[in-house]
Amino acid sequence: MIEAEALEKRYGGFIAVDKISFKVKEGEVFGFLGPNGAGKTTTMKMIQCVSPKDFGKLEVFGMDVSTDQRKIKGLLGVMPQENNLDPDFSVYQNLLIYSRYFNIPQRKAENIIEELLDFVMLNEKKDTLTTLLSGGMKRRLLLARALLNNPRLLVLDEPTVGMDPQARHLIWDKVKKLRSQGNTIVLSTHYLEEAQRLCDRLVIMDNGKILVEGKPLELIKEYIGTEIVEAENNPAALSCLEKTSSKFEVVGDTIHVYTDEPQRVMNALLKECDFGKVIVRRATLEDVFLKFTGRKMRD
Amino acid sequence: MSYLSLPELTRSLWKVWFRNKDVFMKTFMVNFIPSFIQPLLYLFAFGFGVGNSIDLMDGVSYIRFIAPALIAVGIMEASFFECTFASYVRMYYQKTFEAIIATPLSIEEVIAGELLWGATKSVVNTIIMLPIFAFFGIIDFPSSLLLIPFSFLAGLLFAAIGMCFTAISPSIDTLNYPTFLFITPMFLFSGTFFSLSLMPDAIRYFALAALPLTHVVIIIRSLTLTRLDPFLYISFVWIIIATLIFFVLSINLMKKRLIV
Ligand SMILES: Nc1ncnc2c1ncn2[C@@H]1O[C@H](COP(=O)(O)OP(=O)(O)OP(=O)(O)O)[C@@H](O)[C@H]1O
Ligand SMILES: [Mg+2]
Repeated sequence: MIEAEALEKRYGGFIAVDKISFKVKEGEVFGFLGPNGAGKTTTMKMIQCVSPKDFGKLEVFGMDVSTDQRKIKGLLGVMPQENNLDPDFSVYQNLLIYSRYFNIPQRKAENIIEELLDFVMLNEKKDTLTTLLSGGMKRRLLLARALLNNPRLLVLDEPTVGMDPQARHLIWDKVKKLRSQGNTIVLSTHYLEEAQRLCDRLVIMDNGKILVEGKPLELIKEYIGTEIVEAENNPAALSCLEKTSSKFEVVGDTIHVYTDEPQRVMNALLKECDFGKVIVRRATLEDVFLKFTGRKMRD
Repeated sequence: MSYLSLPELTRSLWKVWFRNKDVFMKTFMVNFIPSFIQPLLYLFAFGFGVGNSIDLMDGVSYIRFIAPALIAVGIMEASFFECTFASYVRMYYQKTFEAIIATPLSIEEVIAGELLWGATKSVVNTIIMLPIFAFFGIIDFPSSLLLIPFSFLAGLLFAAIGMCFTAISPSIDTLNYPTFLFITPMFLFSGTFFSLSLMPDAIRYFALAALPLTHVVIIIRSLTLTRLDPFLYISFVWIIIATLIFFVLSINLMKKRLIV
């Protein structure tokens, strides 16, 4: 579906995407994760053929993004990170006018639009100007717009940002449904729970580079373990932990102990070291993410 | 990428034209009023006001002299403002172009569609003005009917010039510069409200060489007075060549700005 090799993108002298390579297979949900400015949107814009690559190879549907833009774009559905709905038109007109750009005959478009408005539950708002929609509704309309041409590949840049839990679950259901129908989906997100639920495979990017690639559960298992024991950070506990052979990390005022046998570790810690409060939780993708990208805020 | 490389265009560009037409039709009456009122104001102020103290200009009554200029100015303003301020809003604030280029349309087609739409606004403006001038009996028919197709060509020229400014303007406010430094002088010095023959040679040559409105006025005046101007054909060729150059240039400048 998508094949990138040593793909590079520069803005002036600044390298926004730095020689990344990845493959997206037909029928999978593929995620791009990474802190702000990691290069996710830039990469997706190159896939969408709206931003030209500078070096390396990038093929979508086996076609080169530099030469077959029109064909590729016709088979893509795109949900941009920033709203670009047409403020001059209502919800319904937005979809109708956009369908023209894909050469969809009006009759057919009208049927598709009815279905899509139901799908994203915006039928009641069909005559509302898009400027008057709430943030989450705008995202839902953008999703509907991305589906107008029945795309083989969907590119969703932070699809659920700003959505309430209901809307978010709605989008997750839609993504799963689309996937089960054989669609391929590329998405970026800052919600790691979302990535863990939806993505078959994902990459974590930072500073334009891919740091790690894999399936969510396998990544967690490989880099963290299945469970985390969290304990309060104090010098006594630390020096005690250093004597045991546990894998651990200090995060602010808590200590994270990574393990596959939480019960044994917890008991041992409680008995040998003088720990106050100890909790055990499942390791998540967030732990992997923070491990790779650090805990410092980005500018 | 050169500034004059020929864009690859398909019929799809008309979809951009249709999008703008659909917005326009939503508020047609509101759009209609300025095109209707403005020439009337000018006619009363210049024609009946100033005109009463001027006998003849270039051998015709003053009001017949300025009628074609008012049509020409209408053509210029309609497409120039459409492809500067209005296009800038669509490009920068509404992200309309960004949304469209995510579909099979290319940026070249988006800009070409915008330019054709700008030219269409000029045609609409002329169509609204013609009956008013006909009512006062200050333009000749049927020759003035040729103004309708000609408005498209002249409108395209000002649309393309405007789009070049849009492409290089860092913000919407800086679009005021071409308005004051280009549109206003043209409004005054293109043989519009007084004959070019009254001007010093330097200004006359400058107007003929560099002010597109001069040539548009020459052609329109020839049509409304049914009077061949010796410059008519040269003006026509000047407009065709300038339109082609600015059409291609504006598309390349826009591409340079938007495709990064
Ligand atoms: N048009 C542009 N011109 C110059 N620099 C840009 C441009 N677009 C993006 N960048 C820079 O490229 C880098 C990557 O940006 P990108 O939008 O791809 O990040 P991202 O991973 O999508 O971040 P976020 O999570 O905040 O959306 C950033 O440093 C950004 O400032
Ligand atoms: Mg982004």
